[in-house]
Amino acid sequence: MSTEAHSQYEAVIGLEIHAQLLTETKMFCTCANAFGSGDNANTCPTCLGMPGALPVLNKKAVEFSVRTGLALNCQIEETSVFARKNYFYPDLPKGYQISQYDQPLCKEGFVEFFLGEEKKRVRIERAHMEEDAGKSQHQDQDTLVNYNRSSVPLLEIVSGPDMRSAKEAAEYARAVRSILQYIGVCDGNLEEGSMRCDCNVSVRKWGAEKLGTKVELKNINSFRFIEKAIEYEIERQIDAIESGEKIIQETRLYDSDKNRTFSMRTKEEAQDYRYFPEPDLLPVRVSPMWIEDIKSHLPELPLQRFERFVREYGLPEYDSQILTQSKDMAGYFEVVAKVSKNPKASSNWIMVELLRCLNEEKKEIVDSPVSSQNMAELIASIDSGKISGKIAKTVFEEMYKTSEAPEKIIKEKGLAQVSDSGSIEKWIDQIIESNPGQVSQYRSGKDKLFGFFVGQVMKVSKGQANPELVNELLLKKLKE
Amino acid sequence: MDLLKLSLSETAEKVRKGEIKAVDVTKAYLERSKSLNKELNAYISFNEKALIAAEKVDQMVANKKDPGLLAGCPIAIKDLLCTKDLASTAGSKVLKNFIPPYSATVVERLEAQGAVILGKTNLDEFAMGSSNETSAFGSVKNPWDVTRVPGGSSGGSAAAVAAKMGLGAIATDTGGSIRQPANFCGIVGIKPTYGRVSRYGIVSYASSLDQAGPMGVTVEDTALILESISGHDPRDSTTSQKKVPQWAKNLKGDLRGVVVGKPKEYFEKEIDSEVQKIIDESFEILKSQGATIKDVTLPTAPYAISIYYLVAPSEASSNLARYDGVRYGHRAESKNIEELYMKSRAEGFGREVKRRIMLGTFALSSGYYDAYYIKACKARRLLLQDFMKAFQGCDFMLSPVTTTAAFKIGGRIKDPLAMYLNDVFTTPTNLAGLPGMSVPAGFTKEGLPVGVQLTAPHFEEQRILNAAQVIEKHTNKEKRKPNVY
Repeated sequence: MSTEAHSQYEAVIGLEIHAQLLTETKMFCTCANAFGSGDNANTCPTCLGMPGALPVLNKKAVEFSVRTGLALNCQIEETSVFARKNYFYPDLPKGYQISQYDQPLCKEGFVEFFLGEEKKRVRIERAHMEEDAGKSQHQDQDTLVNYNRSSVPLLEIVSGPDMRSAKEAAEYARAVRSILQYIGVCDGNLEEGSMRCDCNVSVRKWGAEKLGTKVELKNINSFRFIEKAIEYEIERQIDAIESGEKIIQETRLYDSDKNRTFSMRTKEEAQDYRYFPEPDLLPVRVSPMWIEDIKSHLPELPLQRFERFVREYGLPEYDSQILTQSKDMAGYFEVVAKVSKNPKASSNWIMVELLRCLNEEKKEIVDSPVSSQNMAELIASIDSGKISGKIAKTVFEEMYKTSEAPEKIIKEKGLAQVSDSGSIEKWIDQIIESNPGQVSQYRSGKDKLFGFFVGQVMKVSKGQANPELVNELLLKKLKE
Repeated sequence: MDLLKLSLSETAEKVRKGEIKAVDVTKAYLERSKSLNKELNAYISFNEKALIAAEKVDQMVANKKDPGLLAGCPIAIKDLLCTKDLASTAGSKVLKNFIPPYSATVVERLEAQGAVILGKTNLDEFAMGSSNETSAFGSVKNPWDVTRVPGGSSGGSAAAVAAKMGLGAIATDTGGSIRQPANFCGIVGIKPTYGRVSRYGIVSYASSLDQAGPMGVTVEDTALILESISGHDPRDSTTSQKKVPQWAKNLKGDLRGVVVGKPKEYFEKEIDSEVQKIIDESFEILKSQGATIKDVTLPTAPYAISIYYLVAPSEASSNLARYDGVRYGHRAESKNIEELYMKSRAEGFGREVKRRIMLGTFALSSGYYDAYYIKACKARRLLLQDFMKAFQGCDFMLSPVTTTAAFKIGGRIKDPLAMYLNDVFTTPTNLAGLPGMSVPAGFTKEGLPVGVQLTAPHFEEQRILNAAQVIEKHTNKEKRKPNVY
């Protein structure tokens, strides 16, 4: 299909993000909300759906949900209602999921984030509380079910159909994760499923008002795959329309190995969930006072921190964006900047050197072998002239390998910058003596050779000579 | 001393004082119950550990510790309640071999008051029925006439109390399942205010209507059991925080200044003349003790059956989804998961349960939800408003429990609609969440017991317990007993 045909279409994307809340206990019982325990170790009659067992709402889950709603600029409903979503599945012990339906806790919010230079705003239609299901494991002919995850609290965050590109959708998802992490309600791990993302995708001709038929994409477990799956799906839909096919409303799964989506079920096969108010739970009432209290304890959010970094540290917007995307990264930066008293250099060192190393090993900032304190000391050593910027890179490599303090490495490896003119003059004399040809060429006017002499002196000093002094003394000596 | 002749209150008193032993009481009741059960089928199973529980009570007495309000009293438990390590079937094949690892809060509270769980009583499958004929464990016979039903769904509990196969029983009432069988079996039964008694560990039929309550031989006994099981339960969010009164101690016979409502709509139905006569006599008794009678109106009440048979099956269709053969209960041999679901449920559930699951599934389905479920919920609210308004002019209401006394086994089971109409006077109480009770008030010429229904505003159980005791005092002169005595 020609790109010309494709350029006549616009994509419309909305996301449903499920965030597992980091409460200590489950949503409707007192079982631990923890992983790594033995199969079905964290279960009780309630989360196993035993006869007569009843749900009791975990207040902390409500608090975390309100906190999230506020961080997403939502209106918090003083009364919201749990409903039963009825369907049969082995990992769903009661035969229904307790969720919220027509009266959710949070409504009408928005998230702002950067797409490149451009600030975007995506509306949040609603965010509602629900319980997670267990997990099925298929083994040969058998299926085993582990209910440790059953009844773990989830918040489902539903965006408006506001995104127009795969990239924008991925950035929105990153922004939401970042907010969830900042406010400490979800660890946002897509690979492990503590954050799950379903994407609704449709296409329409530019200028058309009516939305195209939407397709729901499921089973996407990384931000990169969100982008790739949506990209693939947009192409698929445009190709289908261009070749005269009709898009059918369906759920498709993304296969990351093949980078394609395939149909799971169509709307005709979709279930009638027979939602009705959950009679075992009273309506959830949150008082304005409680909402105010939660609001007053909201921490600084990613976008606010971004703006502060630009204002307070004078960082470029790009740096500020990268550094504030994760709360841990932003915190790391702030320690380095404050201790080293050089925010710009701190930002450069973190973004260029540290992130490169961490990314190579797929490590997070919290796993960094270089502590923020050590990183700051390294930068301070450059600024005080103790080591050169070039040596600093060697020191950093060593710090990354050993987690040692820069001071110790500089001392043990003898890497401190040499700034006494006597030693430097000795090295210069040595170079002049061993390169008579170049010296006479220089003296007869070939100025360009100056750089060669500087390089030779730095080499013989193993990079430790103070480059400014080398320049100064070389000029003088070569004139003699 | 004939231990079987003591009332529950007397038994508890004597056990506490060490005059009689809980073990002897339990032995006497176990022996009698096991022998009578062959004919009546009131119990599905007996508690083999009952004597151990009784010994513990005696031990406490010996150690000068108070075993509680129900010290050494053998109590029958409707098999809808979970009892730890004791089969709990809900009267269904689907739970035939289910042994719960937990007890219902009600059971725990009884045990905490020194009661001895004698066994688990028969019931209509999942409490769905009005005659005890839908039980997977066979029909229960009415002790007054074994060719008749004991009522339902708590027929086993009612028959057990009537035949002295226990000093009291726990039953549940979703649309009349305590009051109707109590009425048919000539005993006292009270369905407390919704939220008064914990539903934790009681197999759910219709969560917004289900409420457990006691059955007893006397009003005082019944009040005592109710006290023991009532009160907030952190495991059931729908229980009330309200303080539990000492109903038994506060019972009083003086009805001066009390206004008794006579709900007009309840008397427009065709009521058996003998039943009508007994109702009329009951009004007279209350009047003679100082009460005045006032006509009240509940315009929405005639729709109660329609509302009930939409709300209850809707909730039931969801509540019974968990019986899928995956984790516990009946599991059919099958090749895949769909077949496992379909066969396990097809084999495990009886006809009436299936009928209600299908009714409820239909009422909740997209396209029908608004016309059926939502409309029923709205009508339910109107009914509640009717009651609130009527109670502004009266303290409680007196009405029939059913239009007739106990009917013949097999008489109505083939006609579900006729069976559903049994509940015409009892369902409004559940829909409005009110406390209601049935108290024996007389006999038909054939010697079948007939009770009257008393209904009070929310949390005003004391009002109807007082009135019930007055009726009890003035009608119980004959001291008739069922034939099996």
